[in-house]
Amino acid sequence: MTNHYPALIVVLPLLFAFVVSGVAWVKKSLCFPLTIVGMGLSAGLSVCLLGRVATTGLVEYRMGGWETPWGIGYHVDYLNALVVTVVTVLAFINLIATRKNVVEETPEKAGAFYSLYLLFIVGLTGIVLTGDLFNLYVLLEVASLTSYALIGMGNGRAPMSALNYLFVGTVGGCFYLLGVGYLYIMTGSLNMVDVATLLPQMYHSSAVVMAFIFCLVGVGIKMAFFPLHMWLPNAYGFAPTAVGSLIAPLMTKVMVYVLIRLILTVFSVDFAFVILKMGDPMVWLSSLAIVAGAVFALAQKNLKRMFCYIIVSEIGYMMGGAWLGNNTGMTGAILHIFNDAIMTLCLFLCAGSIYYRVRGLELDRLKGLFSKMPVTMACLVAGALSIIGVPPTCGFFSKWYLISGGLEAGQYGFVAALLFSSLVNVVLFFRVIEISYYGDFEDHHGHGSSGEAVMEAPASMLVPLLIVSIGLIVVGLYTGGIVNHLINPLLLKQGFLG
Amino acid sequence: MSDLVVTLLGKYNYWLCVILMMIGLYAMIAKNNLIKKLVGMNIFQTSIILFYVSIGCKKGATISILEHGAGHHGVDPTHYINPLPHVLMLTAIVVSVSTFGVALALAIKVYRKHKTLEEDEILMQLRSE
Amino acid sequence: MKAIGLIIVVLAGALLLYSTQDFPFWGDPASPAGTHTATYYLTKAFEETSVPNVVTAVLADYRGFDTMFETGVIFCAGLGCFVLLRLSRSRDEDSYYRHVATGITLHIKSAKIPDVSSEFERIDTLWTPYDLIVKTVCRLLAPFVQLFGLYVIAHGHHSPGGGFQGGVILGASVILIAISHNMRTAIGRISEKTIHILMAVGVLLYSGIGALCILLGGNFLDYASLSRILFTNEIEARSLGILGVEVGVGITVMAVMITIYNNLSSDGRLDEGL
Repeated sequence: MTNHYPALIVVLPLLFAFVVSGVAWVKKSLCFPLTIVGMGLSAGLSVCLLGRVATTGLVEYRMGGWETPWGIGYHVDYLNALVVTVVTVLAFINLIATRKNVVEETPEKAGAFYSLYLLFIVGLTGIVLTGDLFNLYVLLEVASLTSYALIGMGNGRAPMSALNYLFVGTVGGCFYLLGVGYLYIMTGSLNMVDVATLLPQMYHSSAVVMAFIFCLVGVGIKMAFFPLHMWLPNAYGFAPTAVGSLIAPLMTKVMVYVLIRLILTVFSVDFAFVILKMGDPMVWLSSLAIVAGAVFALAQKNLKRMFCYIIVSEIGYMMGGAWLGNNTGMTGAILHIFNDAIMTLCLFLCAGSIYYRVRGLELDRLKGLFSKMPVTMACLVAGALSIIGVPPTCGFFSKWYLISGGLEAGQYGFVAALLFSSLVNVVLFFRVIEISYYGDFEDHHGHGSSGEAVMEAPASMLVPLLIVSIGLIVVGLYTGGIVNHLINPLLLKQGFLG
Repeated sequence: MSDLVVTLLGKYNYWLCVILMMIGLYAMIAKNNLIKKLVGMNIFQTSIILFYVSIGCKKGATISILEHGAGHHGVDPTHYINPLPHVLMLTAIVVSVSTFGVALALAIKVYRKHKTLEEDEILMQLRSE
Repeated sequence: MKAIGLIIVVLAGALLLYSTQDFPFWGDPASPAGTHTATYYLTKAFEETSVPNVVTAVLADYRGFDTMFETGVIFCAGLGCFVLLRLSRSRDEDSYYRHVATGITLHIKSAKIPDVSSEFERIDTLWTPYDLIVKTVCRLLAPFVQLFGLYVIAHGHHSPGGGFQGGVILGASVILIAISHNMRTAIGRISEKTIHILMAVGVLLYSGIGALCILLGGNFLDYASLSRILFTNEIEARSLGILGVEVGVGITVMAVMITIYNNLSSDGRLDEGL
């Protein structure tokens, strides 16, 4: 059974998704436990898979028993295993933490909601594990389609934001598909490793260059890379609470993973950096993304929208790190995928529990919350410290790698952008903390709080939140282990020695 | 000059797909009505489907259903077109239909709230909120 | 916006056209796409799966994993339309009833008739008497449409067709009833609950066959391992496995088509539409 881990991580949530949506019509109360079981199994298996990969280096799996260029194969190395573990574990924590939000916001359609939740995770895990370019497209569409539906479930402006996201996201998916089509015309294969062996003879062909650019633009749209980020703040900001804290930490990070996978495995480092010389322009664009995200975040008056713009700027961190073209920068980027997912989840969970009690996330509604919700606010501070990059939280270490990578590569603009955004983050979170610590609490009756006094969030929300915030520090302390055992061997194997 | 003509005419399938693709993309960017945008999106997706299917074409070959099974002396691959693009495009067609369905559902939900599908009117309503 | 759009479109188009210069000519049998994997599929598919339709063999076996998620995408669409549109409680709206014997129409405002006996039938707001010919022809046609749908699913091994096409035809037969009669008639034949359970059962059949292969000792979706319970050789087992998943696909596609039609055309109320 242990050989089947890679397939089971994707297939088990899929099976449970179908069961949950069927069971919802027979016995509604079973939906949530079934979802927990499906998600938990997937998370457990991915931790086991990570353990296996850490010892063996590579786990391969052939769907239907067919050899790879003909069939679809999984080719799991350190990078896949690390990212899939983050995705499943964080989705599992979020599932538990947001139970009460779901009950409140989508009471009648909980079965369909959880089914879509699981399918979204199927999409993400499939994207991360697959070794086939077209299979990646299909799963990308599974993840996108479920996220359109989940975001559209919200009230108010959510459907319009979801529709905009759908337009932009579909164009992104189509560009990626077009890029894969170009690769297929030139090589006749869809398997990543097979394409990588066939490509070197035609690196200078304009079709391959266009294939790379189209894949890059498609993935860039889906990850909300700076000039293409317009859809993100609305889509994530107006989504239902449980959906926002699921999609925001995971979707964009997985897309950054796809980009790194394309550079490392399919097109090769030589092609991207030496032949195309894409490094410099992309790093400049990333620096712009970081600055723009930070400036937009300053202008926001709503906590969740502020977090959304912080995501835009964090995408710039990872893209910049990946395009620095040296070992340190790439290490920082991969580490930041891991860390940023945890930090973002922490922030969005805090926003979720504040919303659950206060019914609003405008900054002036946060007045005096420190005295009312001390634990939640403490977690928010932990997340904030990590985003700013204060040791010993994990955010510090990835930022350290990114900055030293930038100095190594001589990209001082990128380093300056990183420092600027850290400074802006200090201002942003200082403002939040100041309001919530020193402001006098104002009871907003009649805003749906139904008169009950605002108090600490229920334990079912607090415990996962505490786990995540402690995780921020624990992961920070184990950074050395992650870099030495998982990221360095990966970069060594890909010949990435900058 | 003659080289150029050969290049143009020998690859006109790609040219037609690209033109269709750009019509769809233009409709998505420039049109104001949400349903027109959706139609543009569909044209865009369909042009990519045509693009892929035209990759699979081989001159003088027939559809890839083997006659009389494999026969006694195996299959000559030049007699049958490439099945893989067709398989891939079945998937892409399904994806585009599904996206279209969800998009229509979202459009109905937008219409329920705003009572219009013109984007500028919706934006005006949102601003005045 | 229009000018920006035009510039983007012209630029992207020019880039795309520029990059076609390295492509092989149209219909070139020696192109990489036509030779690398395609040759393997065309020469080996029949002896490995005993399915003469190579597209079906590649779709459901070599790349069956893709197709499973493709069915998943369809399932997402059905669930998405349901989640986004379906209104759980019926709004207090006027409803119209017709006394069958006399043809008198009753207009009832925001109240329910305690029990609608067979003498009254509920009618649509914009009701016109249905044309007898249209109604009868469609009712007579529906079984034949369904039969053809089943044929397309079952004959996918030998002719163009398969689960997706057949499923759409099956769904269309129910939609035909909904259009020619009214939506309540169609939902009376196949209720919302049934549709949703069928939707899940179809994809569950597909992924269940895949999981069964793991339990029988093969890889996921390795139909060859089914030979141990089907008592045939591995090649026949592959062919039967393909048929099994095509049936699953057909069920899901049918159910999803009906769900999407029902929710979209009635704005999620499922009482009257079109």
